[in-house]
Amino acid sequence: MSARRFLPATVVGLILLFLALPIVVVGVVSFSSATYLTFPPPAFGLNWYAAYFGSADWLRPTWLSIWVAACVVVLSTFLGTLASLGIARLPRPLRVMATGLILSPLIVPVIVVAIGVYYSFSRYGLIGTPIAMVLAHTCLAVPFVVTSVSASLAGIDPRLEQAALGLGATPGGTFWQVTLPLIRPGVLVGALFAFITSFDELVVSLFLSGSGAITLPRRMWDDLRFQIEPTIAAVSTLTIVLTAALLFGAHLLRKRVELNRTATSSAAAP
Amino acid sequence: MPLLLVAPLLIYMLVFYAVPVISMLMRSVNEPTWTLANYAALADDPVFLKTFSITLNTAFIVTLATLLLGYPVALGLARAKTMAPLILIVILLPFWTSVLVRSYAWMVLLGRHGLINEALLAAGLIERPIRLLNTTLATEIAMTHILLPYMILPIANALRQIDPSLERAASGLGATPLKTFVQVILPLSMPGVAAGVLLVFVLSLGFYITPAMVGGPRDITLSMLIAQSVDQLNWAYAATLAAVLLATALALIAAAQRLPGVGNAFKVSMR
Repeated sequence: MSARRFLPATVVGLILLFLALPIVVVGVVSFSSATYLTFPPPAFGLNWYAAYFGSADWLRPTWLSIWVAACVVVLSTFLGTLASLGIARLPRPLRVMATGLILSPLIVPVIVVAIGVYYSFSRYGLIGTPIAMVLAHTCLAVPFVVTSVSASLAGIDPRLEQAALGLGATPGGTFWQVTLPLIRPGVLVGALFAFITSFDELVVSLFLSGSGAITLPRRMWDDLRFQIEPTIAAVSTLTIVLTAALLFGAHLLRKRVELNRTATSSAAAP
Repeated sequence: MPLLLVAPLLIYMLVFYAVPVISMLMRSVNEPTWTLANYAALADDPVFLKTFSITLNTAFIVTLATLLLGYPVALGLARAKTMAPLILIVILLPFWTSVLVRSYAWMVLLGRHGLINEALLAAGLIERPIRLLNTTLATEIAMTHILLPYMILPIANALRQIDPSLERAASGLGATPLKTFVQVILPLSMPGVAAGVLLVFVLSLGFYITPAMVGGPRDITLSMLIAQSVDQLNWAYAATLAAVLLATALALIAAAQRLPGVGNAFKVSMR
């Protein structure tokens, strides 16, 4: 490798190391036997995983987070997919406004959303309930569903739907038998991102969880305020592994979207 | 018919998101009667001015740092062939790991007995652990780490859309690689750079978790001041600050959308 190529490759490698290192270090620390935070660990053990899986104080928030995220997935995927089907066909000024509203949680600072829902939900006694969390997280998750489903809808050859209608299928039949199978990977990718969004969400949860609905990120936050013991490293590692698994699933689904696209375009070609 | 499909989501977003946020923001102008006094008061409110300048300053430094670190990686990602999936994983895994976990990771790295202090001690560069955690620098490092993917992805996307024959033409006409980069590649990647800069700057304005966890005791960001005011039930003040934060973010985005090409690059990077 010549010096001219080696130098940029090293720079890129170092920056990628900067990106990856913190995640790797958390993973290593989680297997530490030390009772305090130190790196490198003096010896390795599974103490912190045992501490996590043995504590109802950790498992209860974990189940609540999974439960909330599952409800968010159902609600946001249903509403988001439905909206994606209609949004491209709206007349222009309405389409721009609807898209703006639906995608705005991506850019509105989350603290503004958090205190807004806290302010309004508290009037209806919703603070400290899982329902409040599901309702608010769904707003934050919906943009990921809409962008993902819209992208796979844009990739569908419109002649396939026209052909189905021309051959006598009802609009409903066309949707279930032609459109939905084609966008299914996009819907699933959106659902996965919706899950991650809710599962990891902290700022809105800080305001809505009260004392009755402690989610996993809120539990971690409370712990970090008082001590930094390696149980958090074990929990973090588990969530990183879960995220990686979901991302890998999304990656495989994306591949299928592309395969579908090439398959339909070659099938539609004369 | 299309409206019927979109209506459920629109109604949902209005009821559980837009109306709650707007009715909270109204607290900044309707106490006790319609007034803009809360906004006028900000002009000589030392706490607000200090917090706002810290927030803007941090956003500026983090944007600069992500640009300097992100551009080479974007170039590497756009040029890589066999390595591209691996590079993408290294970028996307932290991207989708929660901000809380990544901030915690920096607590581990920067702590008194953290990796960096231990490495510096072992190398003999320092004699005692130095204070890295709970400093302004810690906030800037952790936020740079968290926001770096938002810079890399739009730039890499812009770079990938550049016709490779342009580069061959430039070198065929005798341009050095450096000259080709400065006069051909860099200008053509500008929409991606603008989208990345905009995205990182706007997102850093709203940071709350990271500065609260790793930042110095005096590094109060606008988001932290808002949360504090809500804790003190000072809703009028919190709403005023929230409106300022929101208006700043929206104004930046509206201004940048007018630049050619940025609108599109921005949309792509939101995925």
